[in-house]
Amino acid sequence: MEQRRQVEDLRLTHLTKRFGELAAVDDLTLTIPAGSFFALLGASGCGKTTTLRMVAGLEDPTEGTIHIGDQDITNLRAFKRPVNTVFQSYALFPHMDIFENVAFGLKRRGIKDVKGPVEEILELVELAPMARRKPAQLSGGQQQRVAVARALINQPDVLLLDEPLGALDLKLRRQMQIELKRIQTEVGTTFVHVTHDQEEAMTMADTVAVMNSGRIEQMGHPADIYELPRTVFVANFLGQSNLFPGRKVATHGDLIDVDFAGHTLRVPTDRTFAEGGNGSDVIVGVRPEKMTIIDEPAPADATDAATIPESHNRLAGTVVDVSYTGVSTQYLVRTDADSEITVFEQNVLVGDRCEVGDRVIVHWASEHSFGLAG
Amino acid sequence: MGFIRRHLLSLVAIIVLIYLFIPVAVVGVLSFNKPASDYNTQWNQFSLDAWTNICGVPAVCDSFMVSIRIALISTLVATTLGTMIAIALVRYRFRGRQSTNLLIFLPISTPDVVMGASLLALFLNLRFPLGQTTVIIAHIMFTISFVVVAVKARLQGMDPSLEEAARDLYASPAATVRYVTFPLVAPGIAGAALLGFALSFDDFIISFFNAGTTVTFPIYIWGAAQRGIPVQVNALATLVFLIALGIVLIAQFVAWRRRKALNAEMFEQLAARQEKRAPITMDTLSRS
Amino acid sequence: MASVLATTTNTAPAQGARRRSRTAYFLLLPGMGWLALFFAVPFITLFVTSLQVPVPGTSGQYMAAFDLANYPEALSYYSEQFIRSLVYAGIATILALIIAYPLAYFIAFRGGQWKGLLLVLVIAPTFASFLLRTYAWRTILADEGPITSFLNALSVLPQDRILNTGLAVIAGLTYNFLPFMILPLFAALDRIDPRLIEASGDLYSHPATTFRKVVWPLSLPGVVAGTLLTFIPAFGDYINAQLLGSTGDRMIGNAIQINFIQFRDYPIAAALSIMVMALILVIVFFYIRRAGTEELV
Repeated sequence: MEQRRQVEDLRLTHLTKRFGELAAVDDLTLTIPAGSFFALLGASGCGKTTTLRMVAGLEDPTEGTIHIGDQDITNLRAFKRPVNTVFQSYALFPHMDIFENVAFGLKRRGIKDVKGPVEEILELVELAPMARRKPAQLSGGQQQRVAVARALINQPDVLLLDEPLGALDLKLRRQMQIELKRIQTEVGTTFVHVTHDQEEAMTMADTVAVMNSGRIEQMGHPADIYELPRTVFVANFLGQSNLFPGRKVATHGDLIDVDFAGHTLRVPTDRTFAEGGNGSDVIVGVRPEKMTIIDEPAPADATDAATIPESHNRLAGTVVDVSYTGVSTQYLVRTDADSEITVFEQNVLVGDRCEVGDRVIVHWASEHSFGLAG
Repeated sequence: MGFIRRHLLSLVAIIVLIYLFIPVAVVGVLSFNKPASDYNTQWNQFSLDAWTNICGVPAVCDSFMVSIRIALISTLVATTLGTMIAIALVRYRFRGRQSTNLLIFLPISTPDVVMGASLLALFLNLRFPLGQTTVIIAHIMFTISFVVVAVKARLQGMDPSLEEAARDLYASPAATVRYVTFPLVAPGIAGAALLGFALSFDDFIISFFNAGTTVTFPIYIWGAAQRGIPVQVNALATLVFLIALGIVLIAQFVAWRRRKALNAEMFEQLAARQEKRAPITMDTLSRS
Repeated sequence: MASVLATTTNTAPAQGARRRSRTAYFLLLPGMGWLALFFAVPFITLFVTSLQVPVPGTSGQYMAAFDLANYPEALSYYSEQFIRSLVYAGIATILALIIAYPLAYFIAFRGGQWKGLLLVLVIAPTFASFLLRTYAWRTILADEGPITSFLNALSVLPQDRILNTGLAVIAGLTYNFLPFMILPLFAALDRIDPRLIEASGDLYSHPATTFRKVVWPLSLPGVVAGTLLTFIPAFGDYINAQLLGSTGDRMIGNAIQINFIQFRDYPIAAALSIMVMALILVIVFFYIRRAGTEELV
């Protein structure tokens, strides 16, 4: 198969799918750049699979259009679209062997000489010796690779993957993540990957779109979304966040002061997505691993407190739970304002850890905060 | 005592199975009988006459061939029509689903005598001549429902994403049916056809009402019962029984062998399939 | 999840949906047309026939009328057969349930890899001619045969014989429709997760309690379906009564058959058929109220 062929952008415009009253996909407009590994991330029922099925032609949109480059494929039937799918259940034809499964698409398009391409693609997914086996004789991971090969051999403009790793165990899933990424880099086709697993989306995709109730909440490079979530949903769905709902009290320079239960928390202006002036609601968020936990110094001993830089936000509280997970320790701290904070601390230092019941101060650099609309 | 207690269920099950086969055994044994009178109901003397001269009574073989012909034609038609209905019921949504289900269920739950009588009333009113045609019409009618039930069960057990995968891989609707749906549902269709054949071949009541002067194998037996059933009838019935049993046993054995060969690998597949089970609850919910 | 919604609750017919439902009607039309023409329409003609009156001065010739008198007349002639059919079919159904349950239970829970084979064995007897198997009961239950002799030795037979009595008819009905009881029972029992029974064994020490509280309630759909599929054909059957009973054991099916074929009294036969069907429709109606139409087929 010739590699790195010319591929084009996939464009969804005002794409909507309603089932009766329910809008599974709600006015979705989106461009997926050619050759990218794109992940649609969301909980089940958020519309991500429906979106994928509309692109595949297995579902008719209620409104909107789908384009690949300049070609409008909205009304093209599934078997005429330059798009192929890796199904969640793999959907390998149980009555055909691996070779026949992989050759299926080529044969339906009237290509006579399928032996070469099939062998080549089976080589790519490292399954050449399995060509004459039936799907049921393969392991889950192998079946998954057959499904990928069966779709890719058609050199689609876009490859759709519907929760492709859902049925695999954790170890195999990790392995397949790397494998899929390698295959994508090698063939250069646009991959659109639907998943509910944020880790999977972040490891593989170069662009992630977080979907919720039929709409895209946020889209961008995984690291950017993680570092700077723009909505409460994204902050909670992609990784964990500590959120402190407060009130904006002042702005000075590029920092905003937010009053949270009598404490002032600072957030950079350019990391705040809440509109409105002083007095408006702002939720201050911060990721658990950005926080540091220290024992609360005795009132007489002021030197320890001085080790917390002036620019840091701080909250005092009591440790209510400690779980040691090997790489890190996870603390649950109840603040004096009765909210809970999760703190991850890398186990890099030898020494005492905080224990349940300890009075502690949790602090973090204010540039790690983000501000969300309340 | 303890042994009986522990194996009571197995024992009862075996007794019931034997009970099911007793009359069949009687039919078979009497095919080797040389009856003392015209009535072949009591064991008299062993003889192979009926088997070596199976068409010794021409009317027996004639009626047998009539039944075979009728069963073949009605099975062919009913299997085709029933399969189409089953596909529509499982793969499509349409208005009138409830009435469709009802119209399929009613023939199964209507006594043969009522179906036979009502069809006869129709043919009499239309002054339609009774004969092989009317019997075939009747057989197709009551076989369709059974075919629908059998094929529907098979289709429902099939992962719908297989057909979607075919469409996704450039198979036109016709090609999807030919290369994916049909091969996968074929065992179900074959089973339905076998069932349909058996139903048609063995039907007496509905045929009797609508046959006119046509004599099918069961109609022949009914008539002969008054003056004594020829031993050849037992031989033919035993032959039919053995052939049918042979077919289903072979099918079972093939399926069993395949299952056994895949046993280890199947395990993983099952695990994957378990995961897909969940949506069924959604389906059931929306139905109610 | 969304894909499941797509196949079940799409009520907004897009262009594709309409195209698909056209295909559905194309698939349905020939078969459903056949059923409408040769199952539904005959019932209308049957009903029309049941209202006909004789052409004066002829025998076996009838003309259109609206004479409901055929119904009370048929009922007054054949009420005995009607009631006998209910009783015989009822007893046969209960016996079939008692006989079928252990076997169905055994296949579902102990069948293991032999399930398929055991089911084949359940169906296999029906491959041998229905008439001959029924006729075989004449041999099995013969007056000098072992079963009758044994029961006579115990002096439990009211008429000193089985053949040509109602007992033989009930025995024949029970036997002939047994597979229709076993199969739905098996289907229902097979759906029960065996772990439920283990769990229940943990909760209730006695197996009988497990059966009463877990297995029986979960198998009820099968019991209902099996009862329906056994009772209905047994109720309408006339072969067992004809081959195994005496003239005093005739059932409603015999009455319909004899009026249609021998007496050619079509209106009376039609009226009887309509009444049988009405009774069955009532039963089916209650069944649907319970299970819904999707469970039917």
